[in-house]
Amino acid sequence: MSTSVPIEHESDIVTARQKGRELCAELGFGNTDRTLVATAISEVARNIVRYAQRGEIVLERAEARGRVGIEVVARDTGPGIADVELAMRDGYSTGHSLGLGLPGAKRLMDEFELVSAPSAGTTITMRKWAR
Amino acid sequence: MAVPILKHGEVLIATIQADLSDRDLAELQDQLAQRVGRLRSRGVVIDVTALDVLDSFATRTLRGIAYAARLRGATTVVVGIQPEVAFAMVQLGLSLDGVLTGLDLEEGLELIARERQHGHVD
Repeated sequence: MSTSVPIEHESDIVTARQKGRELCAELGFGNTDRTLVATAISEVARNIVRYAQRGEIVLERAEARGRVGIEVVARDTGPGIADVELAMRDGYSTGHSLGLGLPGAKRLMDEFELVSAPSAGTTITMRKWAR
Repeated sequence: MAVPILKHGEVLIATIQADLSDRDLAELQDQLAQRVGRLRSRGVVIDVTALDVLDSFATRTLRGIAYAARLRGATTVVVGIQPEVAFAMVQLGLSLDGVLTGLDLEEGLELIARERQHGHVD
């Protein structure tokens, strides 16, 4: 069972983080971890709106080595990221933001993978495990 | 949904709701900038108690509101940042440098009154 939230408009950012928070609650996450996940979702969803215009966020229960967690996949078919290493650096931005969105989201989650290529879009997969 | 702004003497009080979108925040920024001038306000309290996420965009906008208000002679205090929201902000690497913060509305109003009396407070 997974939930997909289409991201096309900035109001979808709010929907995505609310759905993420709900799933975290169902999975038994505490309030602090729910907030960390909702904040990370907000950052990656905003990235889609700002740089790719449209995409989706898929929220799913994850399980590995006896642990339960949440998996968040943020996918778009936008312009992609030319230099992933640079995009993951604190303070780097091409969009007049603080440049803390992606590296910040990585710090909020337990696992974070970013796959991107110019003109091939971007897929971010991140997970957090319930404690 | 627009953020309601109340006038309380020389202070404007904006109470932010949980499902605040980027557009609502940008609108709040415009509204506050206009009213600080029109109503000759000396202080702005932004109550974020109901807000469950303060991400990089929201933090940057709050900072922008506070800096712009200061240039027009008003002090801004952000009140009610929830403990888990504060923790997430620290993890994200966000700060509200140069912006006064308080636990609740009462403390926010006190801080503004004190600043009015003694000039600058740090």
